[in-house]
Amino acid sequence: MIEVSLHDIVIVGGGAAGLRAAIAAAEADPSASIGLVSKVYPMRSHTVSAEGGAAAVARDDDNLEMHGYDTVKGSDFLGDQNVIEYFVEEAPKELALLENWGCPWSRNEDGTVATRAFGGMTVKRTWYAADKVGFHMLHSLFQHSMRFDNIVRYDEFFVTKLLIEDGRACGVASLDIRTGEMKAILGRAVVIASGGAGKVFPFTTNGMIKTGDGMSLAYRAGVALKDMEFVQYHPTGLPGTGILITEATRGEGGYLRNSEGARFLVEYDYGVGTKAELGPRDMISRAIIQEFEAGRGVPDRFGEHANLDLTHLGEEKIMARLPFVRELAKTYVGVDPVYEPIPIRPVVHYMMGGIDTDITAGTSIPGLYAAGEVACASLNGANRLGSNSLTECLVFGASAGLNALKFSKDTGDGNEAQLTAQAQEEEARIEALRGSKNGEERISHVRRDLNTAMEEGCGVYRKQDTMQACVEAVDQIKARVSQLELEDSSKVFNTEVIAALELVAMVDVAEALVNSAVLRKESRGAHTCRDFPTRDDQNYLHHSVAYYQPGARPRIDKKEVALGHWEPEERKY
Amino acid sequence: MSAAAEQKQKIKTIVITRFDPDKDDGRRTEEYQVPVDEDWKVLDAINYIKDELDPSVSHRWSCRMAVCGSCGMMVNGEPTLTCKTALKDYPDRVEIEPLANFPVVRDLVVDLDGFMDKFKKVKPWIVRAKEEAAKEDFNEKGTYSQSPEQLATFKQFSMCINCMLCYSACPVVANEPEFLGPAAIALGHRYNLDSRDEGNDERNDIFRDEGTVFSCSFANECSEVCPKKVDPAGAVNQAKFGAVIDWAKGFVVPRGGK
Repeated sequence: MIEVSLHDIVIVGGGAAGLRAAIAAAEADPSASIGLVSKVYPMRSHTVSAEGGAAAVARDDDNLEMHGYDTVKGSDFLGDQNVIEYFVEEAPKELALLENWGCPWSRNEDGTVATRAFGGMTVKRTWYAADKVGFHMLHSLFQHSMRFDNIVRYDEFFVTKLLIEDGRACGVASLDIRTGEMKAILGRAVVIASGGAGKVFPFTTNGMIKTGDGMSLAYRAGVALKDMEFVQYHPTGLPGTGILITEATRGEGGYLRNSEGARFLVEYDYGVGTKAELGPRDMISRAIIQEFEAGRGVPDRFGEHANLDLTHLGEEKIMARLPFVRELAKTYVGVDPVYEPIPIRPVVHYMMGGIDTDITAGTSIPGLYAAGEVACASLNGANRLGSNSLTECLVFGASAGLNALKFSKDTGDGNEAQLTAQAQEEEARIEALRGSKNGEERISHVRRDLNTAMEEGCGVYRKQDTMQACVEAVDQIKARVSQLELEDSSKVFNTEVIAALELVAMVDVAEALVNSAVLRKESRGAHTCRDFPTRDDQNYLHHSVAYYQPGARPRIDKKEVALGHWEPEERKY
Repeated sequence: MSAAAEQKQKIKTIVITRFDPDKDDGRRTEEYQVPVDEDWKVLDAINYIKDELDPSVSHRWSCRMAVCGSCGMMVNGEPTLTCKTALKDYPDRVEIEPLANFPVVRDLVVDLDGFMDKFKKVKPWIVRAKEEAAKEDFNEKGTYSQSPEQLATFKQFSMCINCMLCYSACPVVANEPEFLGPAAIALGHRYNLDSRDEGNDERNDIFRDEGTVFSCSFANECSEVCPKKVDPAGAVNQAKFGAVIDWAKGFVVPRGGK
């Protein structure tokens, strides 16, 4: 028999959203037991790589209405306005809590927390800790979480299945990576907070672990993946590696220049108006690609790039505000930004889409909640504003934790024998997968071909025919996933079997993404289709929801956008 | 890849220490011939082996930008963050082993349980004498006031990515595995220095225990290998001083008096 452990709630993911959920529940009820399951040690979670900051109204010249409007406009009016209103109201409280818990936010001379400018935000409302905000938030949360003895961690456990009984989420089947043993981790509610899926693409800021596992868990359990076609390309990644160079470089006054040395966002009309380098990410990424197409890119061994010029900021400011950027540029492209511009190009950064959640972080399955990048509460719509996502992890992490706890109190335990039997089946499935030879396909090669297909079909600019080709390519890749050849039959720390499971998740994400994209015959936010260059509110002011269908392409439905007092208007800055 | 780039490609021999408790009695090594790119970090060569030559090699990595702290290994005998270290600076034969001073789980993966316990021991969170009274110190924004100067006193010690290189380099850890060690002490010290914190007494009690700050021989190896310039040796030394002063103060003022 496999091991079983019992908790009140189970959280999948140990990044900002998962830790915040765990702390919220642990603090609200010290007698509740919180299981926190993560495929990596929490301090390795990808929150660690966020650099620029977290948004919340802090200054006297700012207010919730302004933060709300900026976010709605940034979303190209696809954000749900009730969710956005809730978010901007909770945001300042959450960031203050992080301060109370020890986060080393940068400070003004008067001792208050400092804020900086960010793309698409009209006021300086991005809280920062130099340029390692995700790192400091994650470590502060993780360290603070250690106070709570009722948070029980399962570090380096990979969740292979959501355990559902009578249509209700009752725990997870999870593989202990170190021993190779399956464990049933049961609870009366489950929160998924396992992050994004940037690794579906070849060129991404995301770490190796961002393979969309949590999206796949919910998708296969019957929850829709919402607005998956909206993929954020961050304008400034390092060529070759895709390492993120934060938007804070522009928030602090950096310029983007083309091969002629011109500030093209000022020189040409890319719709960002006087915001120039502080325009939203979707528009700036498009502008850079258009500069390349106009022959004003700088050629390099990977293709071409634009230049991010910080030289006028001076060494003192760069060392005070952007020291990590300097370290990254020196280490990974051999450029010291004090003296030379940094080569950059648009890079896959963030999934606006994810598990379809509502304002409570709840899903269509009772007892199942989701928060952070894995979820789509429709805060970000068709384009997320930089620095809203770290705050999102806190706001919706907290509500997911509290609402899951509340749900767990109002409901009885699931049938342990039935749930354990499900996990037992998972054990048999994984056992059969280890060292299995169902064909001659190598994991890394299938993954590479998936990456190539997604880049060709779902880039910054998309076309109907290339998206259609991508739909078919993903079909073929899906077939190849059942013909993998695995070479490692050991149980202990078998990373090959994990890679195989991650590949399945990535294909799930890819099929939901491209099948949603091909049906959206307009251009909105990050989804820019050459064949339909304008926004079409008449026909497409709705969310896309993708449902898993075994052995077939997903079913794509429409879902209403929650409008409010901000009327859709042309998005021009 | 362009033809020019391809021409620059050369082959390096990457020697990986293997150990699979399901199969091996002890550690062994395996050699791989890897066509390397001039831009590669050491980690890129290991990933190439995993993807193209031998999918059974086990190692940890994620962010590949020197901030998640997963990919510390011994490279030609030195504790190294493999995603930050250029491969071209090594000779044609590069030996990669799991981090020293840790039990090995498999291949290049070490057991971090001991560290996680040490980490929690230093109470790495804001301690307040009275939690409820803390709110009285908040400004109108709901936060503590902290000047840039107060922030600067501890900021450096908050930059640790828990990559474990310092434990691998530390001669005291090598002899006394129970030694609290550089990263954990630096973290406790970081909170002692934070103007928001009131936990010095509790942490200094811990620091005066056996196997903590006074075990340090100040070899400074930890600070030399730190990829984030945290200077844990400096933190340990300052913590020693703090622990002694706090202890001495105990004779003249009642506990809790500052």
